[in-house]
Amino acid sequence: MANITLVQAINLALVQEMEKDDRVMILGEDVGLNGGVFRVTEGLFKRFGKDRVVDTPLAESGIIGTSIGLAMSGLRPVPEIQFEGFLGPAYDQICSHAARMRTRTRAAFTVPMTIRVPVGGGIHAPELHSDSPETIYAHQPGLKVVMPASPYDAKGLLISAIRDPDPVIFFEPKRIYRAFREEVPEDEYTVPIGKARTVCEGEELTIVSWGASVVQCMQAIERTDASIELVDLRTIYPLDMDAIEASVKKTGRCVIVHEAPKTSGFGSEIAAQIMERCFLHLEAPVQRVAGFDTIMPYYKLETEYLPDADRIEKAIEEIRAY
Amino acid sequence: MSAAHTAIGTSHLVEAESSKRDSAARSLPPQTLLEWLRMMVLIREFEVRTMQAYQDRKIGGFCHVYIGQEAVAVGCTAAVEHEDPIVTAYRDHGHALARGMDPKYCMAEMFGRIGGCAKGKGGSMHMFDRDNNLFGGHGIVGAQTPLGAGLAFGTKYIDEVINGGRSQRVTLCFLGDGALNQGALHEAMNLAGLLNLPVIFVVENNGYSMGTSIHRGTTMADEITSKAIGYGMMSAQIDGMDVMNVYDGMKEVVDEARATSRPAFVDIRTYRFKGHSMSDPRKYRTREEEEVYEDDGPIAKAREYLYDQKLLDEDGFKAMSKEVRGQVRESIKWADASPPPDVAEELYKDVYVERWGPYNGTSEPEMLGEPGGNGEG
Repeated sequence: MANITLVQAINLALVQEMEKDDRVMILGEDVGLNGGVFRVTEGLFKRFGKDRVVDTPLAESGIIGTSIGLAMSGLRPVPEIQFEGFLGPAYDQICSHAARMRTRTRAAFTVPMTIRVPVGGGIHAPELHSDSPETIYAHQPGLKVVMPASPYDAKGLLISAIRDPDPVIFFEPKRIYRAFREEVPEDEYTVPIGKARTVCEGEELTIVSWGASVVQCMQAIERTDASIELVDLRTIYPLDMDAIEASVKKTGRCVIVHEAPKTSGFGSEIAAQIMERCFLHLEAPVQRVAGFDTIMPYYKLETEYLPDADRIEKAIEEIRAY
Repeated sequence: MSAAHTAIGTSHLVEAESSKRDSAARSLPPQTLLEWLRMMVLIREFEVRTMQAYQDRKIGGFCHVYIGQEAVAVGCTAAVEHEDPIVTAYRDHGHALARGMDPKYCMAEMFGRIGGCAKGKGGSMHMFDRDNNLFGGHGIVGAQTPLGAGLAFGTKYIDEVINGGRSQRVTLCFLGDGALNQGALHEAMNLAGLLNLPVIFVVENNGYSMGTSIHRGTTMADEITSKAIGYGMMSAQIDGMDVMNVYDGMKEVVDEARATSRPAFVDIRTYRFKGHSMSDPRKYRTREEEEVYEDDGPIAKAREYLYDQKLLDEDGFKAMSKEVRGQVRESIKWADASPPPDVAEELYKDVYVERWGPYNGTSEPEMLGEPGGNGEG
């Protein structure tokens, strides 16, 4: 076991998969010589060489389109996009090609590509470098969307993503890249895509969250004396609705917490499915604690925007008092 | 009278005149030249029947036919090896046939039938054929060009990084002149130039981006090979109305790309005889202009050459045409007989690899591999 950060866990997963399978290769802006904008690929250039850790120009459409060609050739590219805001230029390639290739070719061609993308706010970045666009990609059939909230899950999920035959958007919450350490096995292991994790069990109320917000939820839970079950989705799509259903049927109350704007955020989908599946078990309306329906503000206001322990605690009190 | 292209005039030009003196195509076995002519006739007949089928509402969606441009697909595919990947845009029936796809799979795909090359899930713009190394058929103008760079990167990575050899593959990435103005192409060309990717960007320059002439939509319209200079790649300009000329010009470029493992950019001057799609009133050009090209089309040109060389006579051509008509008729019959995809079975199939939620796993990857699904029963 090693006591490491989320960044180190991702780095370790990349090293191990590249050691194991020479079809795995990395490409992106500054991923090589400079080790990546968040230093996630530190040391890989030296270890695997410029042919497997490829520094590219600043050209997101080109990076992802080229990666799709590589994947269709039978390789396992792991491109990095520096910030979630820069997915915009690559959106066409992701949604017009990667997501649809399996259907469009009746599986004659597939795109086993993992796009690594730092995501979310909380690091004093400008807007456009702090968004949470997971819903956009979860809404595109053909993609899998993953967002770990801990070093252990980050390593296991990334290994699963790289080995997955379908395209995966692997969102890395940049706020918790180095926020805490966790014991992580040095040997390889996988965390299955599409399975949520119960962070802590409880009887009175369920909180569903993912990414960096999971940490805020844990802080809020520590402050209350309520018996709360926290479900970390780990994978946005495919959504592990069975886990949510089981928990909400037990507790009868649910708060959903995410960074993205509230309207049409992924919490909306979860709330709708809870209503479809758990209506007669609900003791109170589902609550959402989310970002506001606005552009993510510049850093002086970002703590106002992001759901924090105070807002989550308030929602907990409200739903308990309902 | 206006022409789609002003006179071709550059030192890069592989001209018909010069290639007559030193033509690789002309030294090929006569059977090869006859096969090229037959393939062009097949594509023409296939597209004529495609237009009829579209008007008969057997083909849904949108439909873009290749009539007039046959020499480009035939000459280019002849200039590469079967293992060399090919990727193209949405006017793709000609490439699929020239690459070796049986016309019946192509027709059934457009009919939306289970017997199509993609089980009727892709349609006219999405012809794929793994056995023949055809990587699509793509609908977003220019968006296939980074894929072309990636395919070239893939062959090179497999041959050199994984297998430790020296890569001998080239990739052909077709695009229309309309794609010249898409950002993705410029990212792809820069990447290819920078990373030494052996991809040849083949511009099928028919002079029109849908209804906008190249002079109205593109800078340096008469010298588009100038764009290659900025990305450090070799270029050539080729008269695309003569299949032997296309072969000669492309062979030179392909050999060079193969030898140097470098990208290239080719401007092939051609003309689509029909509209952009099936609902194009063609207000942007004159009938006179169309006639100029039609009168000297690629099929007539190749046929005349073979007549001159006494390699074919009129009876021989008639027999060839008759045989082709029969083949295309069969493809339509076959497509008609193929059932549409079963909703319960297919709607959620081939979206993800595994079964979960509504998703129904995936097909076997072999073309028409599943019993009962090929429409032959």
